[in-house]
Amino acid sequence: MNSKSQGILERISNGEVLISDGATGTFLQQNGLEPGGCPEEFNVSHPEIVQKMARSYFNAGSDMVLTNSFGGTRFRQSHYGFADKVDEFNRLAAEHAKSQSPPGTFVCGSVGPSGEFLEPLGSVSKEEMYKAFCNQVTSLEKGGADVAVIETMTALDEASIAIRAAKEKTNLTVISTMTFDKGPRGYFTMMGVTPEQAAVELVKAGADIVGTNCGNGIDNMIEIASMMRDATTSPLLVHSNAGIPSLKDGEILYPEPPDFMAERFMRLKEIGVNIIGGCCGTGPEHISAFSKLMKENKGV
Amino acid sequence: MPVTNEVLESELGHVTNPSEQQHIRSLWDEADPLMQDISVSLIKGDNNRVDQLTKEALESGFTANTILDEGLIAGMAIVGVKFRDNLIFVPEVLVAARAMKAGMTHIEPILSASGIEPIGTVIMGTVKGDLHDIGKNLCIMMLRGAGFTVIDLGVDTSPEEFIEAVEDNEAGVLGMSALLTTTMPNMGRTIDAFEEVEMRDFVKIMVGGAPLSQEFADDMGADGYGKDAISCVDLAKAFMNPEAEHSVSSIA
Repeated sequence: MNSKSQGILERISNGEVLISDGATGTFLQQNGLEPGGCPEEFNVSHPEIVQKMARSYFNAGSDMVLTNSFGGTRFRQSHYGFADKVDEFNRLAAEHAKSQSPPGTFVCGSVGPSGEFLEPLGSVSKEEMYKAFCNQVTSLEKGGADVAVIETMTALDEASIAIRAAKEKTNLTVISTMTFDKGPRGYFTMMGVTPEQAAVELVKAGADIVGTNCGNGIDNMIEIASMMRDATTSPLLVHSNAGIPSLKDGEILYPEPPDFMAERFMRLKEIGVNIIGGCCGTGPEHISAFSKLMKENKGV
Repeated sequence: MPVTNEVLESELGHVTNPSEQQHIRSLWDEADPLMQDISVSLIKGDNNRVDQLTKEALESGFTANTILDEGLIAGMAIVGVKFRDNLIFVPEVLVAARAMKAGMTHIEPILSASGIEPIGTVIMGTVKGDLHDIGKNLCIMMLRGAGFTVIDLGVDTSPEEFIEAVEDNEAGVLGMSALLTTTMPNMGRTIDAFEEVEMRDFVKIMVGGAPLSQEFADDMGADGYGKDAISCVDLAKAFMNPEAEHSVSSIA
């Protein structure tokens, strides 16, 4: 029973594996966003494109889509001169996704890193950071988001503050994911967090669902997911890149095609990942291929 | 004089490759215990202590060059190895770089007043459309620490700005950074722009950033790829030393 009355956590605890969406940035770029342009500004200037993106993913079989609000904190927006637009950008991001959301699907408010270091490493205080995330998550909820996805995090302190903001100021279900690099001693975030540590600490900070996104192609993501699965019983999410990009005639090319990824998405399902989708380089075709495999699998 | 500082000795234990350890250990061959103390304080990221010890060392007659080479840069060599080998991460490198800066504040004015030529001038910037500068700033601190004059063009740098800076400063090396896959192609475009104004032959171009790779760098026609701040410095040094140029590709 996939009725809207069931929350995302209930669906997961009923044993369902949910299909998430693919990349936002790549999609917007293919639809006119200039390299280096402000993606969140598109919520005001190009609502039809942002809505088309959500629609494309829902049509491809996504049970949930992420909003176009990754850089929606005051810190990121101030680089574009849009610090005063944070409320509007985030609210609209959620509204656009919501307007395309069929019954039984979820709108997930994307919350990316602030791009700043906390004191004493950087110049931003915990209070300032907390306030910035509070602004963003409350605006996302106002626009109709069901979930906050605090993603691409590398520092536990920043992720924890964002989780706390969402938990204290909204009723959103909270997902939090980190980005790992493979180094000579294994997987670590840029700030030195391991997948196991992330799984344990993000749950401790209050996240309902934890996981990993970006930075890796699907094969590495399978390794990271197994490590996280061993470290926590909480639901897991994986948003995998379509491999590591290469340059072909001046164009960015992601090497992992839809069928290749969809097959490996099924491996993620086998190791107990509860929400599966794509990050950079994946599009509606990837989701569609995975959705098809999931349906075939159900039939067996 | 061998390494006498116990903490430094245990830090050297992190350098597990024997020939690498031998090389790094030799940086302190002539080093006074005070220089070793500066190195240790830098490795620990204690900027107050580096600040104070550097001042003390200058007052007691050590030359700025000695402090730079046997104190600060030698310490940074260990930081570089620990970072590469996943023993420390960006936070620890940032505080070490900050400690380095604390020492450089005393040393730089002396070096520039003494008329000693810097190793070379490097232009650094994040490419057009990209606002990320953590990695680039780390590279800049390490380059300055290694004795380069660095002109920082900041973020969102257009090809024209890169060209102008190289021209105005007669810089031999240009470093470009990008974090976003969407702005990476702007590196290639900048290299093309150097070709168009017929300046490509006068400058060595190195690139770096999370989504990059050696293949990527080769494809766009860069002279080198640095996977982290340490290899960025190695590259810049190799570019300055043409006899060793054949070894450049092996650094990244």
